[in-house]
Amino acid sequence: MSGMLITGGTVLDQSGERRADVRVADGTIVEVGNGLEASAGEQTLDATGRVVSPGFVDLHTHLREPGREESETIETGSRAAAKGGYTCVVAMPNTDPTQDSVSVVEFVRAQGEAAGLCDVRPSGSITIGRLGQQLSPLAELADAGVHLFTDDGDGVQDPLLMRRALEYAADLGIVLAQHCEVKRLTEGAVMHEGHCCSRLGLPGWPSVAEELMVFRDIELVRLTGAPVHILHLSTARSVDLVRAAKADGLPVTAEATPHHISLTDERLEGYSSLYKVNPPLRTMADVESVRAGLADGTIDAIATDHAPHAPETKERPLDQAPPGMLGLETALGVSLASLDMPLVDVIAAMSWKPAAIAGVADQHGRPVLPGEPANLTVFDPGAEWQVVPAQLASKSRNTPFGGMALRGKVWHTVLRGTATVVDGQPSR
Amino acid sequence: MTDSKQVLGPDDVRRAVTRMAHEIIERNHGLDRVALIGLQRGGVWLAVALAAEIARIDHDIPVGSIDASLYRDDIGLRPVSPGSVSDVSFEIDGAIVVLVDDVLYTGRTVKAALDAITDYGRPSAVQLAVLVDRGHRELPIRPDYVGKNLPTSTAEQVVATVEGVTIS
Amino acid sequence: MKHFRSVDEAGPDAIRRLLDLADHMAEVNRRPNPKVPALRGKTVCNVFFEDSTRTRLSFETAAKRLSADIMNFAVSSSSVNKGESLRDTIETIAAMGVDAFVIRHKSSGVPWQVSDWTRASVINAGDGWHAHPTQALLDCYTIRTALNRTNSFDGLKIAIVGDIKHSRVARSDISAFTMLGADVTLVAPRTLLPPETTVPVETNLDDIIEDLDVIYLLRMQQERMTESLVPSLREYTTRFGLTPERARRLPEHALIMHPGPMNRGVEMAVDPSELPGSVITQQVTNGIAVRMAVLFDLLGSGSNLEENE
Repeated sequence: MSGMLITGGTVLDQSGERRADVRVADGTIVEVGNGLEASAGEQTLDATGRVVSPGFVDLHTHLREPGREESETIETGSRAAAKGGYTCVVAMPNTDPTQDSVSVVEFVRAQGEAAGLCDVRPSGSITIGRLGQQLSPLAELADAGVHLFTDDGDGVQDPLLMRRALEYAADLGIVLAQHCEVKRLTEGAVMHEGHCCSRLGLPGWPSVAEELMVFRDIELVRLTGAPVHILHLSTARSVDLVRAAKADGLPVTAEATPHHISLTDERLEGYSSLYKVNPPLRTMADVESVRAGLADGTIDAIATDHAPHAPETKERPLDQAPPGMLGLETALGVSLASLDMPLVDVIAAMSWKPAAIAGVADQHGRPVLPGEPANLTVFDPGAEWQVVPAQLASKSRNTPFGGMALRGKVWHTVLRGTATVVDGQPSR
Repeated sequence: MTDSKQVLGPDDVRRAVTRMAHEIIERNHGLDRVALIGLQRGGVWLAVALAAEIARIDHDIPVGSIDASLYRDDIGLRPVSPGSVSDVSFEIDGAIVVLVDDVLYTGRTVKAALDAITDYGRPSAVQLAVLVDRGHRELPIRPDYVGKNLPTSTAEQVVATVEGVTIS
Repeated sequence: MKHFRSVDEAGPDAIRRLLDLADHMAEVNRRPNPKVPALRGKTVCNVFFEDSTRTRLSFETAAKRLSADIMNFAVSSSSVNKGESLRDTIETIAAMGVDAFVIRHKSSGVPWQVSDWTRASVINAGDGWHAHPTQALLDCYTIRTALNRTNSFDGLKIAIVGDIKHSRVARSDISAFTMLGADVTLVAPRTLLPPETTVPVETNLDDIIEDLDVIYLLRMQQERMTESLVPSLREYTTRFGLTPERARRLPEHALIMHPGPMNRGVEMAVDPSELPGSVITQQVTNGIAVRMAVLFDLLGSGSNLEENE
């Protein structure tokens, strides 16, 4: 493998910011310093005026393969991830078949390796088929390298089953991640329950349906001592509950999506299914609380919940259209445009903090130092741009951010010393 | 602002109405089964004025009004805002209907009004009374009673009210 | 105006204009030959994804009285049942040359989606719980003619009683009545109200019934009971139904309205034909005039010319 020199950038990592060039060889950072000269045969990536950071890690990506390849494949999703600056994504288990067995998990990992654009780390489902009835083989899957377990798309409804799952997981060193939604309270729900849904005549998804499960799982963590990661937190009260749990020293982590820090339920006004997502877009007060939760560290990570859907499914009537939006290629731009917090804290929430939760901190989200794996992202934090749906690398087009002014654009992505994205374009 | 010129004053209008009232009575050998129908919107005041004059000379006759906007041949081609609701509260079958309008121009409104009247019944005859005939007919329609013939260009606007007739 | 999808979207000027226009249409309907050539050559297509014979017939009659051609797309016997998408259905019909779609669907928002896929005008004939704007127009027109309130509903006290939450009629009526100046009160248990309301709520019908100018009863559906929204229909009738005792306490001039079809013995626990204030059949009659007004306004008046240019 030939080397690479990233020149003229500002390095930003756990230890802060500094002007430095970065030399990479054989998948590893070999030199960080000023005035490095490119040697013959070395690829040069220009980072002048840009930031060089550890690669981004997404805790929450739906790659759809196997089963829904018309919406996304592991290859197209990996390409979208690379374009968004990601070097590692956790693949959600709601595939068909479900990622509840070693063979499916191995398939996903192998497809990710074959695509070679991003580290694809499969998650496993907590219950077989995500049906909430019987535990998946958690230990077998853990042995196969699965670290994050979730029934995402649904929460584990049965409190007894969730307690058993946590007790069983406690010895395995794995993390259970919960999609917090009490289903009986959200039957038929299309959007946030509030004044907008009242006016639009759409069935409401009450905040309390999320908060009840956040509360329940925090209490189960208190009881069992096993860690829980709370997925796509969306309400002000949920943020408060997690903040209190952390103050109590409980092993609870949480993520928020770019759309829950940027969009509100009023977007549903024109009945576009692009804005239908689960949990739903909430009110401005919720958005501000989630932003504050990120700013004070209550919420550990920004995770995309990248959920591709083929156009024909999003063209169904709103109550029949599947929930979900694309996120990988716009996450940085939306986050920097929406958050008023130090750049290093935003990148922490997109890189090394999620890397720790995903169990990939040995490879991803590492400091930019000699000897570390060369998983890097080069981005321009001030670049203003707009997403053009037709130019997305994802196979689907269901982005809600078209026409919105985004800030922060990824230029280069480097995975183990190989550029997966150069000048904003995927290398293959 | 274009120049506007008054071609008839209030007295001229009053005299024209009186003459036309006499002509209607004379032409129909009295007023048996004669009724007036003003065209929405401009013809209604004239129908009322003619009816009052006829009543002064002879006796009361029925007066109605008709809105022909649902019968126009240019529906959808130009903005239409109907006037008041049509009011035809007398028997049309067998009546001699005098259609009354302020200004006769292309004849298309009169054609629409003829179609409308047919939907109310079968008059024994329909006649046409206008205060001003400004020419430029696009259909084979001619007035039976005219207050004043007024040669105009198509670029000009003609306004006829009880206060007089102006051209601009 | 290009589309007629909701009262709020149309706005107060359009609502007043349509009510004025409905006067003309009502006059046409009173004639021995109730038909005018206004929309000759225009094609209207009824696309009802949810059965509603009365609304479909009302639109069909309205279109015919204006001499428009009307097609009926029956979903039950169509390729929709073979999995054809909503978009393909609409684009296929549009390709046949349609000037206006009349859309009824059980999902809120479908008329907005449909208007993205066709250049034709879209008329909302009821979408989910959301809106039924021609019902609101006919209700306004009925009140306006029955109470001789041509210019405004200022000071008029209207109670809408029953299942507001699931009612597109209620949502559209609340908008239209308040737009014209009426004081609207909702009467329902919390389980049958939307999460938030824009007008006052009263839980005891008996407290306000003597002051009402209009009582508007909504249809109470059987399934609301199984969803634990009310304990029983009997209890519902006791608290919110129009019983003979309540009917006697209404002011003499008060109107009794219902969008139909009625549940006799539930919300209507009295024979409406014995109530002098009942204008329920007038509502049906007026439905034709207001739908003629909407069709003419969209397709014939030229009111959408400016938007097209």
